[in-house]
Amino acid sequence: MERPIYMDHQTTTPIDRDVLEAMMPYLTDQFGDPSSRSHAWGWAAEEAVDRAREQVAGLIGAQPEEIFFTSGATESDNLAIKGIARAYKEQGHHIITQETEHRAILDSCRTLEQEGFTVTYLPVDRYGLVDPGAVREAITDQTILVSIMHANNEVGTIQPLAEVGAVVKARGILFHSDAVQTVGKIACNVDDLQLDLLSISAHKMYGPKGVGALYVRKTRPRRLKITPLLDGGGHERGLRSGTLNVPGIVGLGRACDIGARVWPEEGERLTRLRERFVAGVMQGLDYTYLNGHPTQRLPNNVNLSFAGVDGEALIMGMTEVACSSGSACTSTTLEPSYVLKAMGLDDALVHASIRFGLGRWTTQDEVDYTVQTVVSRVKRLREMSPQYEMLVRGIASRTGR
Amino acid sequence: MRRVYLDYNATAPLLPEALEAASPYYMSVWGNASSIHRQGREARMAVDEARMQVARLIGAPNALDIVFTSGGTEAVNLAIRGYAHGSRSRGRHIITTRVEHPAVLDTCRALERCGFELTYLPVDDLGRVDPEALTRSMRPQTILLTVIHGNHEVGTLQPLAELVEVAHAHRVPVHVDAVQAVGRVPIDVLASGVDLLSLAGHKFGGPKGVGALYIRDGLGTTMQAILHGGHQERERRAGTEDVPNIVALGRACAWMSQRLADEGKRLTRLRDHLEAGVLSRISAVRPLGKGGERLPNTVNLSFAGVKGEALVFNLDLLGIAVSTGASCSSRQGVPSQVLEAMGVSQEESEGSVRFSLGWGTTDEDIERVLDVLPSTVERLRRLSPLS
Repeated sequence: MERPIYMDHQTTTPIDRDVLEAMMPYLTDQFGDPSSRSHAWGWAAEEAVDRAREQVAGLIGAQPEEIFFTSGATESDNLAIKGIARAYKEQGHHIITQETEHRAILDSCRTLEQEGFTVTYLPVDRYGLVDPGAVREAITDQTILVSIMHANNEVGTIQPLAEVGAVVKARGILFHSDAVQTVGKIACNVDDLQLDLLSISAHKMYGPKGVGALYVRKTRPRRLKITPLLDGGGHERGLRSGTLNVPGIVGLGRACDIGARVWPEEGERLTRLRERFVAGVMQGLDYTYLNGHPTQRLPNNVNLSFAGVDGEALIMGMTEVACSSGSACTSTTLEPSYVLKAMGLDDALVHASIRFGLGRWTTQDEVDYTVQTVVSRVKRLREMSPQYEMLVRGIASRTGR
Repeated sequence: MRRVYLDYNATAPLLPEALEAASPYYMSVWGNASSIHRQGREARMAVDEARMQVARLIGAPNALDIVFTSGGTEAVNLAIRGYAHGSRSRGRHIITTRVEHPAVLDTCRALERCGFELTYLPVDDLGRVDPEALTRSMRPQTILLTVIHGNHEVGTLQPLAELVEVAHAHRVPVHVDAVQAVGRVPIDVLASGVDLLSLAGHKFGGPKGVGALYIRDGLGTTMQAILHGGHQERERRAGTEDVPNIVALGRACAWMSQRLADEGKRLTRLRDHLEAGVLSRISAVRPLGKGGERLPNTVNLSFAGVKGEALVFNLDLLGIAVSTGASCSSRQGVPSQVLEAMGVSQEESEGSVRFSLGWGTTDEDIERVLDVLPSTVERLRRLSPLS
């Protein structure tokens, strides 16, 4: 068992050896630029990119020409939200999203608000679920885009995207999903979910960092308009200029190819491990709560609140386990997780929360060891915690929900 | 058949040292650099070191002035759009040149559609901007000068010091698209007073998918980000850091820092040998952009009576990779704007081929080209109705 045990797969994943192997030729002698139309190096690069496009498309049930490569999901999210809004601003200026989206979506929306758009941030219930009925009610004749993430990176809750999609498409509005945590992990088909746009991140699915994709449905009679974020050279049919990161793209393609084959079985394996994890912790500790929906959640996500314990102190004390409190993108600040707050947790419980993300090579032994470590550390911290003492003596409120 | 790659201005092979430096960050230290656990912290340290290596290559006083991006195009967009939108209350006039790379030109056109006014300065027959022309185009509402240093098509180096002097005298900051210059000629942002500078890894032996923007201290607060989301790069550029590529970029910069002068001399020698060899073996050939200061690795030759595209394809059949014009434009069949701005006739422009050398180019490569080029040109001339 390697130490520390990596339990932070929502933040990033190790690259699959197969993926790196696929990338190697493009990091060595196949170094051509696909835009080089005039020689064999360029053509070989173009071929590799075309193949990767097919692999990405295949995983989500799309056409290759509907896949556009970016530098990652942050860019894909920015491109989808800002790109659609700016392109359709004559038609309307209202966007609907929800409070627990990744910062890339929320901050893009905030930027658009400064440009004159209105954004509705729908609330979520205590499990982090969005209500499709609330989406329907929020739609106005100015609404041009709805963006709802497929599954939340912090608590793992899987949104009812198919139902939301039905509501959104019934009104002919464009529908985007940040599917960073679900592509290659659970069923994610753009037709089933009625999506027009979808964001993908390679490094969340055992691919390399620095590359992602945006799926854009080929609509009829007219193509979707998107105002590019990056100009210059017209790559990716003008949607995303910039010399293609061929090795990264090849890696993303291979990661999608592998994901397509392994996700059903892997999903089951991870679900079993996840349930073992949660059961083990609940057995050993009291005043401990699983955040997010109990069953409609990512197979690999465990987010727990340990009342009376400081999450950061717990993480710091558990050097044998790498995990996180809140999202990595906010981990360098002491801001309480806005996701947990949106779900109704009070600050104390938010600060007492840890997220564990299992992965493709997580073993049962690692899960058991982690459970053991967590239970003993939490107990130790609670011995010194006046809050916990008050809780047990019935003085403090239990959950603040 | 011996394969020869002379299209370094399109892209360059990755330096083995750079790949080696990056390797551990694929398989062993693969954490998210924003994470606080050990995996994350080690990744963070690697990013910090790479930042210093990039800073050193371009003479940036502080590593924190370097923002990592996904490449040269993003750096250029961030510089120009980011600064323009951040400063639009002070003015809407931007000055650039007619020989910019499509990344700059298309960004400027997009800004025009947003209500900005653009002046595209003319250039002389060598592709150089006249500082006088710059002075004349300055207005009270001018907020930015963006100029390419190291032209991608012909290699022209601009009189940067004079241009910066003029701009600064008018309190206008200067962005330099140094994508083709970094790693080929010495760059010192502090000494030259350049305010913003864009570079791309893959032009000089670093990886694809990563670049950087130097932002002079103090300027960043006036700029708007393009990518919002996480707090990475001090809020200037959101997105999980591409650690392996950043490390590779840093290493490539370090490698170049150590041997820039020598490599410059070596490339100049090889390039001059190629140019002289072609001129002595083939008639009716004119080097474009030669005569002023040029990148040491670039030579753009116009062959009378030949279509550049045909020559390039024929050379590919012989295992030699070169190109016509900017490979970065997907616009096929459009005559080169750069050459047009330099006063090159359409015919001469269509007969031009760009040879660009780099770290892997050897004497044998040049000999091979000199061996086969004359007969290839001759054959095409015989077949051509133009000659």
